[in-house]
Amino acid sequence: MRRRLDIRRYPGFLPVTILCLVVLYAPLLVVMVYSFNDSLSITRWGGFSFRWYMDIFTGPESAKFKDAAWNSLTIALCAATASTTIATAAAVAMVRGGAFRGKALNLALISMPIMVPEIVTAVATLIFFSAIGFTLGYLSILVAHIVFCIPFAYLPIAARLQGIDGSYEEAAQDLYASRFQAFLRVLMPLMAPGILAGFLLAFIISLDDFIITNFIKGAGIETLPTAIFGAVKQGIKPNIMALSTIMLSVSILIVTLSYFISRYGRQGTKAGA
Amino acid sequence: MTETSIAIDVRNAVKRFGAVTALAGASLTIRDNEFFTLLGPSGCGKTTLLRLIAGFEEITEGEILLYGEDLGALPPNRRPINTVFQHYALFPHMTVAENVAFGMRRLGWTKADIEARTLRILDLVKLGDLAARRPAQLSGGQQQRVALARAMAPRPKVLLLDEPLSALDLKLRQAMRIELKQIQKDTGITFVFVTHDQEEALTMSDRIAVMSAGEIRQVGTPREIYEAPLDRFVADFIGETNVLDATVRRGSDDALTCHLTNGAAFPCHASVPPEDGAFAHVLIRPERLSLVPEAACDTGLTGVVDQAVYLGTDIQYGVRLDDGPDVLVRAQNVGADAVTHRTGDRVGLAIAPGAARLLVD
Repeated sequence: MRRRLDIRRYPGFLPVTILCLVVLYAPLLVVMVYSFNDSLSITRWGGFSFRWYMDIFTGPESAKFKDAAWNSLTIALCAATASTTIATAAAVAMVRGGAFRGKALNLALISMPIMVPEIVTAVATLIFFSAIGFTLGYLSILVAHIVFCIPFAYLPIAARLQGIDGSYEEAAQDLYASRFQAFLRVLMPLMAPGILAGFLLAFIISLDDFIITNFIKGAGIETLPTAIFGAVKQGIKPNIMALSTIMLSVSILIVTLSYFISRYGRQGTKAGA
Repeated sequence: MTETSIAIDVRNAVKRFGAVTALAGASLTIRDNEFFTLLGPSGCGKTTLLRLIAGFEEITEGEILLYGEDLGALPPNRRPINTVFQHYALFPHMTVAENVAFGMRRLGWTKADIEARTLRILDLVKLGDLAARRPAQLSGGQQQRVALARAMAPRPKVLLLDEPLSALDLKLRQAMRIELKQIQKDTGITFVFVTHDQEEALTMSDRIAVMSAGEIRQVGTPREIYEAPLDRFVADFIGETNVLDATVRRGSDDALTCHLTNGAAFPCHASVPPEDGAFAHVLIRPERLSLVPEAACDTGLTGVVDQAVYLGTDIQYGVRLDDGPDVLVRAQNVGADAVTHRTGDRVGLAIAPGAARLLVD
């Protein structure tokens, strides 16, 4: 019997792997470790402490961070909810709507925000908001976030829907369900893992967006990323590391959650499976 | 027959998908309380016809009547017709009982009625103890029963079955054929069954419609379809058959004799007697032929055994006729004392009475 091809036996596999891991994760590791540093310096270790975590919540900048965190969380929640709703409707139309004119164009338009450089979208959105006289602030951030979150929510939802056999909806309608009932009682529950994954992805994307937010937020309002950027401009203090570590943890948590949800949902979507 | 005893009346139904014609003017009537089968190879339009009856496709031309009422463009949820899908399409997020209750809930039955009916129907398909399971926890055969129960529960006027047995293994499939037929008899629901499996069709059906290329070629009982096929396609599709070219002679007493080019002549039958001297195809089923010693042969069909295949219940011989085509002969394997023939043996063929049937082009 022939041995299976083992990628670990390729020459140079180990050094390249280590290099990639170091480049990608060493900076993150440094930030995480030094967030527990009991010292004002960001390079010298002064012992373990939760000092900078306390500082975020009680220090001189705590009010600013709390406002920013509140803005970030509420905007991410609202933007993810709205964009997931729109993306779900779009996915049903695109995947279940049969062939219609301009379908390819539609798909291109839906996924364009992923392809367009973010700085371009940021500038364009700013110009557009100014042109129509939309006051920059919380609402303008929310609207922009809803828009650019749609494609990120759309992808997992559409992927999920494509895996659901059309005969489920036919069976529901055959058993006296109206189109809406068939959607609500059969298609929606089957799509749920995709919808949840899309929601979480949109939430994360909104939560850590910097470029667009920074352009269109207007004066006097910050989200966490813009607040961190503002603080860093005045010199990096270890409390930024603590804040970053918290954000990183939240992101990892949500991405892990989304992974397990979509993995769980992959079972039993083919008819007869 | 009165108008009310016709469950489904398909009148010149046409279905086109763009430039493709899936159904080219099909007409048939399905009687109340009948096990009716649409049989044909894949792409013959049988599933399209079923989907038209269910309401999943819109009819291009023609009409379909359910107990005398035109179904028109009624959506599937407004038709008192239920379907058993090929891959069952059981709702994976619901239990067996919830699956079965789905249709009755949508119809607004009372809770007590739904519960009673669910128990009753799960009992009928022998799944009473699995009501709380999810479809994924069931075997293929059990899923099939749930699909059947779910479709029958709301008491449809007609039950459509789209190749429901095709996903099961052979043993289970054979058992389910008999059970399906029994359930149909017990419940008195009209079954419209779609299959490409001729054996399945012959075992279960009261009547069969054989379809090909979007048309209905013949409608009849299994015996009529098998023994008196109307055309070459039906004869070929249902079971194996020998087709011989012959000239027909009509005797004084209207008895028909067919003459092959190699000089063989034997009596034959036709539903519509052809003209004297007409050219025709003669159909003879392999199991209606038997091998006899050459000297005792009165049909003039003699030849050499070309191959002998042991099939278990039967032994199938290929015989090369003298100056003629090859024919298949199937002899029942009656045991160790049966006369067997070897390749190269010279033999004669005897035809069972009434087994040679004419098809006139």
